[in-house]
Amino acid sequence: MVVFEKPKALADVQLHYCPGCTHGIVHRLVAEVIDELGIEGRTIGIAPVGCSVMAYNYFNCDMIEAAHGRAPAVATGVKRSDPENNIVFTYQGDGDLASIGMAETVHAAARNENITIIFINNAIYGMTGGQMAPTSLPGQVTQTSPYGRDTDHCGFPIRVCEMLSTLEGPEYLERVTVNNVKAVKNAKKAIKKAFQNQLDGKGFSLVEVVSTCPTNWGMTPKKALEWIDEKMLPYYPLGVYKDRSAAKEEASK
Amino acid sequence: MSDKVLMKGNEAIAEAAIIAGCRHYFGYPITPQTEVAAYMAKKMPKIGGTFLQAESEIAAINMVYGVSSTGKRVMTSSSSPGISLKGEGISYLAGADLPALLINVQRGGPGLGGIQPSQSDYFQATKGTAHGDFHMIVLAPCSVQEMADLTVKGFDLADKYRMTTMILADGTMGQMMEPVSLDYEIAPPVEKPWATTGTKMERKHNIVNSLSLVPEELEKLNFERYERYKKIEETECMYEEYMMEDAEICVTAFGIAARVSKNAINEARKQGIKVGLIRPITLWPFPKAPYKAAAEKVKEVISVELNMGQMIEDVKLATECKVPVTLCNRAGGMIPSPEQVLEAIKKAAKGGTK
Amino acid sequence: MAKLTFKTDNCKGCGLCVDACPKQVIALAKDKINKKGHHPVEAVNPDACIGCAFCATMCPDCIITVER
Repeated sequence: MVVFEKPKALADVQLHYCPGCTHGIVHRLVAEVIDELGIEGRTIGIAPVGCSVMAYNYFNCDMIEAAHGRAPAVATGVKRSDPENNIVFTYQGDGDLASIGMAETVHAAARNENITIIFINNAIYGMTGGQMAPTSLPGQVTQTSPYGRDTDHCGFPIRVCEMLSTLEGPEYLERVTVNNVKAVKNAKKAIKKAFQNQLDGKGFSLVEVVSTCPTNWGMTPKKALEWIDEKMLPYYPLGVYKDRSAAKEEASK
Repeated sequence: MSDKVLMKGNEAIAEAAIIAGCRHYFGYPITPQTEVAAYMAKKMPKIGGTFLQAESEIAAINMVYGVSSTGKRVMTSSSSPGISLKGEGISYLAGADLPALLINVQRGGPGLGGIQPSQSDYFQATKGTAHGDFHMIVLAPCSVQEMADLTVKGFDLADKYRMTTMILADGTMGQMMEPVSLDYEIAPPVEKPWATTGTKMERKHNIVNSLSLVPEELEKLNFERYERYKKIEETECMYEEYMMEDAEICVTAFGIAARVSKNAINEARKQGIKVGLIRPITLWPFPKAPYKAAAEKVKEVISVELNMGQMIEDVKLATECKVPVTLCNRAGGMIPSPEQVLEAIKKAAKGGTK
Repeated sequence: MAKLTFKTDNCKGCGLCVDACPKQVIALAKDKINKKGHHPVEAVNPDACIGCAFCATMCPDCIITVER
């Protein structure tokens, strides 16, 4: 009996990501969820600009490549073109979602747009070669913060889930990671909920996945997973930052 | 023939778009095109359509990109500074070969400029909207009736050629009221097998995309696109000629400038000056043929524009420098008066710049 | 007994699966190089596999199939 194999919604091609990059794990989780919910035929994914720009080749559902940061606006158009049928997700990195596309992110959340966002936070710009991201940690050395991120000079990293949780709009915000087997299982649960919410018409659901960039962090893949526990999670604590339906249920008890 | 109704230019665009089957509108407030959005906000919810006020022009054009990807008719409208912001999205629409209708009700610039009518986005619309090799089809209405007609036509052209069509209007066209007939026969929808509507597990996945990292492939896409553009240049040029049969002087203008010019031409004719008008309706593709013909018989071409001289460059190219081409213009939100144009005609009649 | 199958040519030799395995079933093949130039993963102690799929769970390139 097969207990583990490539999900059907994931294309049978080699991913272009660097060795040990956790993008591949998250792609697979999204595809597993699409399979389990049986929604591949009605799902339309939006790829960002950044390392995952070619995600449009990796999923077997219909895919759209968006301009840098604009995926939530494109997703809004796709969702509203056929709200009853279309299941729409965006897959975005930290530069895409939290820097150049922050306005699109915040307003899609404020409108409680009925879409699912998978947000990969690895605290760096990968595709362009390791520049400082809106989520780079204080002191983090990158190509454009060669002496370490100086918060007096360029400010503090943005905690997206916490910030969006101040809005009335969004339905569901959770931060997860994928640096060990248990964490991957939790991440999948969150991603599944974020898609199920859309199917149930509940609205804007964003899962932030604290991820690695071994190449631009300058670490082995193994060390990068450890660095998540040591450095990333203290600044980006895991957890559910908003779950409106659950809160409502709790209140009515 | 249906009865005529009195409408503002901006409202005529909105109603014509709905008649043409557009059920999705995204925009951001900016003067002087606000009536388009206001009309859509009122009407769309009542006919099962979508009006959404976006957080920015950038978001609006990307919502357009999203709907267009699914194969449905979609539009946005704005005015000059807002169109600059939409430039990025327009380039992506071009790169992904997506159809859309875009309205620019121009105002004076550059920068924040003013809110009075202008034609200073001619270059932007016809040549340099954003990065990369591409064109939009650009239509220039000169009456409220044409605002409506060209909207319907614009959707058809966009679908036919998988590209953005822009209605390049101005503040006057948007704000003035005229009687309009909205009696259209709407063509059946174009098949869009490329659209991302969900595979229904019946076909391979569709990808809407403008990324192409292999230069040989990207070059090929560009050449293919320009083959299509060539076909459009050959078949879709539109223009109006007015009293050109015996003209010795040719005035050329589009939009509101053409209406002013017609008044001046009528007056000049009364004074015995043989003058006519070429009014391009498609600014891209630019209708070169009537200019080429005029260059063989007139002694001067006067380009009347609400800018510092933009269309005049295309006029010079189209007349192949065989006759002098002079500029009669106002800018920054000012409109040339019929008297100003008449003076230019008289000067040309007396020997002009030769 | 559980069985592992690898899509060896897609392996990038990152080793995340090796670290995830609780039974030291797999290792990177130091003496082999795949099409992409990586030392691919292989089962060095296949009889010890319990089919927990931890390796496949951590594999970013989805190259492992687990049967039980």
